[in-house]
Amino acid sequence: MAEVLVYVDHVDGAVRKPTLELLTLARRIGEPVAVHLGAGADTAAATLAEYGAVKVLAADAPEFADYLVVPKVDALQAACDAASADGSPAAVLLPSSAEGKEIAARLALRLGSGIITDAVDLEAGDEGPVATQSVFAAAFTTKSRVSKGTPVITVKPNSAAPEAAPAAGTVEQLPVSFGELATGTKVVSRKERESTGRPELTEAAIVVSGGRGVGGAENFNVVEALADSLGAAVGASRAAVDAGWYPHSSQVGQTGKTVSPQLYVAAGISGAIQHRAGMQTSKTIVAVNKDAEAPIFDLVDYGVVGDLFEVVPQLTEEVTARKG
Amino acid sequence: MSLRIVVCVKYVPDATGDRHFAEDLTTDRDAVDGLLSELDEYAVEQALQIAENADDAEVTVLTVGPEDASDALRKALSMGADKGVHVEDDDLHGTDAIGTSLVIAKAIEKTGYDLVICGMASTDGTMGVLPALLAERLGVPQVTLLSEVSVEDGKITGRRDGDSATEQLEAALPAVASVTDQSGEARYPSFKGIMAAKKKPVESLDLDDLDIEAEEVGLDGAWTKVEDATARPARTAGTVVKDEGEGGKQLAEFLAGQKFI
Ligand SMILES: Cc1cc2nc3c(=O)[nH]c(=O)nc-3n(C[C@H](O)[C@H](O)[C@H](O)COP(=O)(O)OP(=O)(O)OC[C@H]3O[C@@H](n4cnc5c(N)ncnc54)[C@H](O)[C@@H]3O)c2cc1C
Ligand SMILES: Nc1ncnc2c1ncn2[C@@H]1O[C@H](COP(=O)(O)O)[C@@H](O)[C@H]1O
Repeated sequence: MAEVLVYVDHVDGAVRKPTLELLTLARRIGEPVAVHLGAGADTAAATLAEYGAVKVLAADAPEFADYLVVPKVDALQAACDAASADGSPAAVLLPSSAEGKEIAARLALRLGSGIITDAVDLEAGDEGPVATQSVFAAAFTTKSRVSKGTPVITVKPNSAAPEAAPAAGTVEQLPVSFGELATGTKVVSRKERESTGRPELTEAAIVVSGGRGVGGAENFNVVEALADSLGAAVGASRAAVDAGWYPHSSQVGQTGKTVSPQLYVAAGISGAIQHRAGMQTSKTIVAVNKDAEAPIFDLVDYGVVGDLFEVVPQLTEEVTARKG
Repeated sequence: MSLRIVVCVKYVPDATGDRHFAEDLTTDRDAVDGLLSELDEYAVEQALQIAENADDAEVTVLTVGPEDASDALRKALSMGADKGVHVEDDDLHGTDAIGTSLVIAKAIEKTGYDLVICGMASTDGTMGVLPALLAERLGVPQVTLLSEVSVEDGKITGRRDGDSATEQLEAALPAVASVTDQSGEARYPSFKGIMAAKKKPVESLDLDDLDIEAEEVGLDGAWTKVEDATARPARTAGTVVKDEGEGGKQLAEFLAGQKFI
């Protein structure tokens, strides 16, 4: 079976959930080979093997952290060359993060291959993998495939449920020689985002978001309390972010994160098209808004017209009591 | 020496309109009014600020798109850009991101540049890959997704709020940059700006001018193929209740029924 290269998203060998989803999807179209760049490959290998990686190609070099994007492209290209010793890979899969998409773009160009970004599903097809995408703010669902070269596809988080399927996961060193462009953009400093202790927004099963209706940074604790009672991540509309009430890293929507959780709770959010673009594919949507005409109510499975400062705390109390 | 800045701007269907696919599964550009992609206004704004802070600079706005795309150029010119380049050719219909990057890269090289500035993503395709593709094609550093940017002494620096970290980036010019909607509100064109824009030069280029063969672009030249597009079924109308003092409890009841609690 042809190899499918999976780019591993990790923090020092701690593999992030979207990678397990990629491995699960990769098995539908071939044999997953994980590509692990940076420190921690030996730690990561056990997890990668558990989710079906037959092999882990590992490379570590300071360039991966010190320079933007290009060193990783060089490494993935080397991985493709290594794989193509036994025929070219069936596909290269990457997470649809900002960096994932940029790596994918440059790699595709080098391979002379087409690229598909932001897939939400992937199946094997007669003429290669078929990717499902959600476009125009999720108003349409498309099916596409790469018609030239090795398909390079980025997949959004939460697109598949990770399924374990133990495989060998043998670690092999991947020799990488960096090109001239690799050191073009220097990362002068990096500050990792502090963990909130809550689930990652894009990976969470439940997301509770607050908008302009929350009315101030100090009121976001109402949203956070509900999120914590449900074990959810906290999101925000751009209006709330622009007002400085919540960090931009929590913004849901076209220019923020796309989330597709089992449950999305919108509190004090009107439901503008750009916000919907980031949450419309959530399984179940509920909203609390004092305006019965708010467009968010067109999307909901359950909506409450009312003041969020009355409804949300009451809900939190109920949830806490029921979970008891 | 003058700092030559090229800003890539896209003409897109209005996102608040009812966007559709045409029969050939390309974006239907007739059904909905077009405009300068809002996210590219941020790129124009940053280019103008960089130019204002330089001794001598020239801002060229460049678009690849149908005849109407000149509206996007006019808007950018009325904001204060100096001149425009419009690449237009019937054979471009249906070009994918890889093909578009070829056309833009050739047009940029023809125009001459020290710095290319793009938006973070187009509001219709939303791929966010073009800046990286351009950097790869032009063989210059990519300094992308900046929420803060400055240019000094032949160097570009900026802040990138990435997926898991905030990074400070630095590269030598020439380079390709992209800026996010966090980089600062774009200015509104003034009346004077709108009048002045009418007289600013816009160069028209076609594929011949760029030495690109028709087969390299367009729907047939695309390396990806859309096989099917279906409208997402409208979400079935759910239950909406008015809070009469029990709204939170009712919501909890619903969530319990759905096994969320
Ligand atoms: C290019 C572009 C990109 C964009 N990207 C994004 C994006 O990524 N994400 C995003 O969210 N937006 C984005 N926007 C902005 C978007 O258009 C809206 O402006 C924004 O989503 C509005 O946020 P909101 O719903 O919180 O605020 P509003 O639209 O002001 O809505 C607030 C709602 O709260 C309700 N409310 C007020 N008080 C209460 C209360 N006490 N109890 C209950 N309800 C109350 C009101 O009835 C109202 O419906 C983008 C816009 C553009 C042009
Ligand atoms: N047809 C086009 N003409 C000019 N610039 C474009 C075009 N398409 C994309 N761009 C630029 O590339 C950026 C990213 O676009 P995309 O990769 O399509 O999301 C946009 O914000 C624009 O700056």
